[in-house]
Amino acid sequence: MMFVPGNNPGMMADAHIYGPDSIMLDLEDSVTMAEKDAARLLVYNALKSIDYGTTEMVVRINPLNTPYGKKDVEAVVKAGVDVIRMPKTETADEVRELEAEILKVETEIGRVGETRIMAAIESALGIRNAFEIASASTRMMGIALGAEDYTANLKTQRTPGGAELLLARETIVVAARAAGIACFDTVYSNLDDMDTFRKEVELIKTLGFDGKSIINPRQIEVVNEVFAPSQKDIEKALRITAAIKEAQQRGSGVIAVNGKMVDRPVVIRAERTIALAIASGILSKEEAL
Amino acid sequence: MRNTKVVTLEEAIRRSGLKDGMTISFHHHFRGGDKVVNLVVDKLAEMGFKGLHLAASSLSDVHAPLIGHIRNGVITKISTSGLRGELANEISHALMEEPVVFRSHGGRGSAIASGELHIDVAFLGASSCDALGNASGCPRSENAKSICGSLGYALPDAQYADHVVVVTDDLVAYPNVPKSISACQVESVVVVDSVGDSSKISSGAIRDSKNPRDILLAKQAAKVIINSGYFTDGFSIQTGTGGASLAAVKYIRESMIEKGIKASFALGGITAHMVKLHEEGLIGRLVDVQSFDKVAAESIASDQLHQEVSAIEYASADHEGSAVHALDIVILSALEVDVDFNVNVLVGSDGIIRGAIGGHPDTAEDSALSIIVCPLLRGRIPCVVPKVTTLITPGAGVDVVVTEYGIAVNPRRPEIAERLKEAGLPVTDIRDLAAKATSIIGVPDALPFGDKVVGIVMDRHGKVLDKIRNIED
Repeated sequence: MMFVPGNNPGMMADAHIYGPDSIMLDLEDSVTMAEKDAARLLVYNALKSIDYGTTEMVVRINPLNTPYGKKDVEAVVKAGVDVIRMPKTETADEVRELEAEILKVETEIGRVGETRIMAAIESALGIRNAFEIASASTRMMGIALGAEDYTANLKTQRTPGGAELLLARETIVVAARAAGIACFDTVYSNLDDMDTFRKEVELIKTLGFDGKSIINPRQIEVVNEVFAPSQKDIEKALRITAAIKEAQQRGSGVIAVNGKMVDRPVVIRAERTIALAIASGILSKEEAL
Repeated sequence: MRNTKVVTLEEAIRRSGLKDGMTISFHHHFRGGDKVVNLVVDKLAEMGFKGLHLAASSLSDVHAPLIGHIRNGVITKISTSGLRGELANEISHALMEEPVVFRSHGGRGSAIASGELHIDVAFLGASSCDALGNASGCPRSENAKSICGSLGYALPDAQYADHVVVVTDDLVAYPNVPKSISACQVESVVVVDSVGDSSKISSGAIRDSKNPRDILLAKQAAKVIINSGYFTDGFSIQTGTGGASLAAVKYIRESMIEKGIKASFALGGITAHMVKLHEEGLIGRLVDVQSFDKVAAESIASDQLHQEVSAIEYASADHEGSAVHALDIVILSALEVDVDFNVNVLVGSDGIIRGAIGGHPDTAEDSALSIIVCPLLRGRIPCVVPKVTTLITPGAGVDVVVTEYGIAVNPRRPEIAERLKEAGLPVTDIRDLAAKATSIIGVPDALPFGDKVVGIVMDRHGKVLDKIRNIED
């Protein structure tokens, strides 16, 4: 998920050419107070007029308790955004409040239920309430860690090893999995240190995250490389899904590959491997069928 | 030393027999740091010359003082490969009565050799020169100040001009070897404090672009080359100096190592990137008409397999032995490409001259595979357009256009399109790219061109290709 400032038309116009899985146009922290209205208008028009292809479009709105939050919701829902990212989420009630706002606008335009929600968790209280937030609405598609505010709230700072974020990261993964939604790690902002960035991506992949938030197209390649499954894993996964199809056609409940019984976690892992291979550009959707 | 040719600039000019209305010439190897043009033209003005034709291999921002000399009638005609900065801006606004004649590097070499561009007196800056006129762009003493490496663009002038004056800031012991310009071609040697600002002659080291768009374009260009059918052992290559071109070399290098492919030679403006590949054994020889940076200038001074070529040997259409005839692959940039694959590298989308033809049409026409790397959009300016503002390189010589929104292949090269498609590259119709640009930006207003012709673009065979009209505010 690539962050793009909502007040930069040039970056908004071609962010998708670098092939991120999703683009987050930002109306919050990268936009000054004086530019909030102009940026909202820009983001609205970008969503309406730019052909982003199959890239998932996310907009980070301002908090609902600011003078901008509700206007942001109205504009981006009307523009047909896929996902609204709510910043600094601390409680499930906040999610439900956003849900109500979205529903109001959706009802007005006759597009009910299309807009999904991602909640960014950026405080100790948010981490304590992570599962409640993750399961607060059927619109919830994912939760994400916002590390800068979180470490400030903890009264610490970010380090290359990320020890300060371990509990938050693990909590978010567990909460997301318990709620059956996706989870995304925070940004890494030193573009000149690709080695530490790569280590961080390796760490969060191991922890179980679905993806990483990025701030520059140059980071896409590293994330794709780390998340890309090996050719061997892909082949194995394809064999498993093929066996499932065959078993279904036969009406058989028992599936075996290479003489070994395949149980449900193996199937789930195989499906995830294929999804990652497609997202990383190694496998085409046709090949996966 | 007996028979020294060292004289003052004024004396050299007097001896040259220069008269009003004659043609003087210069090279542009000192690029943005050049001091020779301004120094000599100031002196000519002081001596009262009028109506001169200034024929430079190229002119840049640093030559803005020529505006004054055009206004006072010292210079009344210019021939060049390019114009930039304030001088270009003024000329685009009809500063001169007579249009500027633009030629490619190969076209200029041919025109000088054929006599179409006759040079009366050449003033050729040199990084080192001895008292008899053996001159070089390489350093030959501890006092060397202004180093440019190859003097390729000065060599036709040295060979064909009626009278040659070498201007240097480092007079060295005779004989200055190896020489680029021979004492037998030189009539006078002038020693000055400085011929160039070394910080502006060349950059010091390899700079890798961090611009994500450049990197994306570079990766796509590298994939085009690798899958084009021309990426075989012994291939030859030329690249430009734009961020995307330089970055492409990096990705091609990785593939060369992986596949065990080596290039026979790299041609043209030589950069530190090319020197690195040469030193790694990935490129056999460097054929250098212009050393683009300090690393290249140092390499040509010390490496036998890094050789200087003249503009004629580099890119003349008339000489069968010129290197472009043997060139396999060239990567070029563009200000605009149109739906017929015509390219403009000279006149901006605002109608103001802001570039140089360089070797663009020479290499595009004669190479086996020419690749134009060009973003679809520069800010709010579309770069793939229905029709180029000014025609510089005819589409017949352009094979592939790489943009961040897709790759277009000239319909004249269906086999290349096929190979790229097979490799999974996003091959698209160039008309779709132009339409995409329009869909994002809209149709720009027509430019307010006037009726006065301010520039004439000659093709490399000596025919008029296009005319540039003045722009009105």
